[in-house]
Amino acid sequence: MSGRIVHIASNTFREAVRDRVLYNLIAFALLMSGAAILVGQISIEIERLVVINLGLSAVSLFGMVIAIFIGIGLVSKEIEKRTLYTVLSRPVRRWEFIVGKFFGLAGTLMVNAFFMAVGVFGALLYVSRHFQRADSWVLVALYFIILQFLIITALALLFSSFSSPLLSAVFAFALFVIGSFAEDLRGFAALTHGVMRWLATGAAYLVPNFSALNVISSVAHQQPVSGQLIWYNTIYALIYATMALCGAVLIFEHRNLK
Amino acid sequence: MRPSRRITITFGSLLILCMIGSVVFLRRLDRVRTGATLEEVLYISSPQVLKRMSLGYDGLLADIYWTRAVQYFGGKLHKGERRFDLLAPLLEITTTLDPHLLVVYEYGANFLAPPPPNGAGMPKRAIELEEFGIRNNPNEWRLYYNEGFIDYMDLKDYASAAEAFDRGSRVPNAHPYLKLLAGSMAEHAGDLRMAQMMWSMTFQTTRDRSIRANAAAHLRAILVDQDITDLEALVARYREQNGRPPASFADLETAGMLRGTPIDPLGDPYKLMADGRIEVRDPDHLPFILKGTPPGYVAPLPKFLDSAK
Repeated sequence: MSGRIVHIASNTFREAVRDRVLYNLIAFALLMSGAAILVGQISIEIERLVVINLGLSAVSLFGMVIAIFIGIGLVSKEIEKRTLYTVLSRPVRRWEFIVGKFFGLAGTLMVNAFFMAVGVFGALLYVSRHFQRADSWVLVALYFIILQFLIITALALLFSSFSSPLLSAVFAFALFVIGSFAEDLRGFAALTHGVMRWLATGAAYLVPNFSALNVISSVAHQQPVSGQLIWYNTIYALIYATMALCGAVLIFEHRNLK
Repeated sequence: MRPSRRITITFGSLLILCMIGSVVFLRRLDRVRTGATLEEVLYISSPQVLKRMSLGYDGLLADIYWTRAVQYFGGKLHKGERRFDLLAPLLEITTTLDPHLLVVYEYGANFLAPPPPNGAGMPKRAIELEEFGIRNNPNEWRLYYNEGFIDYMDLKDYASAAEAFDRGSRVPNAHPYLKLLAGSMAEHAGDLRMAQMMWSMTFQTTRDRSIRANAAAHLRAILVDQDITDLEALVARYREQNGRPPASFADLETAGMLRGTPIDPLGDPYKLMADGRIEVRDPDHLPFILKGTPPGYVAPLPKFLDSAK
């Protein structure tokens, strides 16, 4: 069972790496890091700040774009090319296919994030000439960005399991935007009353909380991130990604592929 | 191919467990990240920069910042804190993003101006906020009224208050009471009657329940302060005439100074203490009173967004 998931994951990884769009996006992310150096040079006393803010934002945004645009095609492309029937005619279960696809894309994103992170740290070294102890928090911010990728990949797969690629992209992107304001959404819910409060609170808890996973501003200001936050964010992101993945599996299990 | 029942049950159960787990951990995250949304104010404190960053969605961002300001103030008030350092920047960001969001000027004045624990104790920042509002909404008479109100109540600057009311009275469709307030300022500045007039106007003209409740509480407090001043004067007169303080209100009645036992605005009778002081029966339900509390009395934490009673 696990062997089949690993095979699907590695095939997904290889396919994604071969994808030209993916390379273009990585190149663009590296270009952004290069721009950070330029902006850093023309800024006064805030070179590090600009490099960290711009670099981490680029890693996050480009990773998100990759996650959404590759994630939405993971199922639909296989159906369109009719390769899914070949896979499922073998002793591969539908849920294994979904889980394998998830791990394949997650792996791709982690590798991408690693290279982009190297770019960010390179730029940081270029402007600061040396690393500081506080720079280790940048690693935490990168880790949180990877947790965001896990959630958005699972969501893209969930939408891809029942919707068209275009709609899946819209849904996933909308959830990313809403999730970035998740804490404000819960704030809005707290100000309402009666049934509206229940509905708003329910919706606020259902959307992914991307705001807790975004510590770019605070690490740029050399603020430490608490161990408790790292722990809770890790558990939360894994739970949320599993939840979305379970939804994708359930929908895909019941989907008529004829 | 029929979907496997076992897979459906397994993943269905896992889905429900994860849903519960995500809510549990989200709540824990909220506890760890109290006030995290406000961190941006520390990092990007320039309203102009935020306006540019909003990419044209400044109205939406203003709504979000307004909610943050309300939550920030309400949360601090609830905990009984006396420092509201981020309140003024939050309100300034909100009004820069949307200068026509009138509710911010009205509530903002109520949040910023009163001294702690009922507010941030920043009347000058409140005046700046109102002035910004007036510059952007010159035909809103309420903004002039709010400014005059802060000048009068919190800064005790009666001349500026009169000027603000006068400016407001010249705005088209201004409330006729503004002219009266501007006129009365010279004669009655500083006395309880003037304060009563202003709170009455707030009570009558606002459509907001919490502002109305706040005005009603202040009106009750003014009434209590006036009653106690009058009653203590009667007690002093009785003591002068009889060489001893009255043992009860019945003594004042017998002496022809009082008709019946006096009651406070909540309907409870006032208490005449052995030393001649007058106390209210339930000071916890009469916020803002300056007189009539037992010695060493500490008022409970103020309530926020209470309904009008």
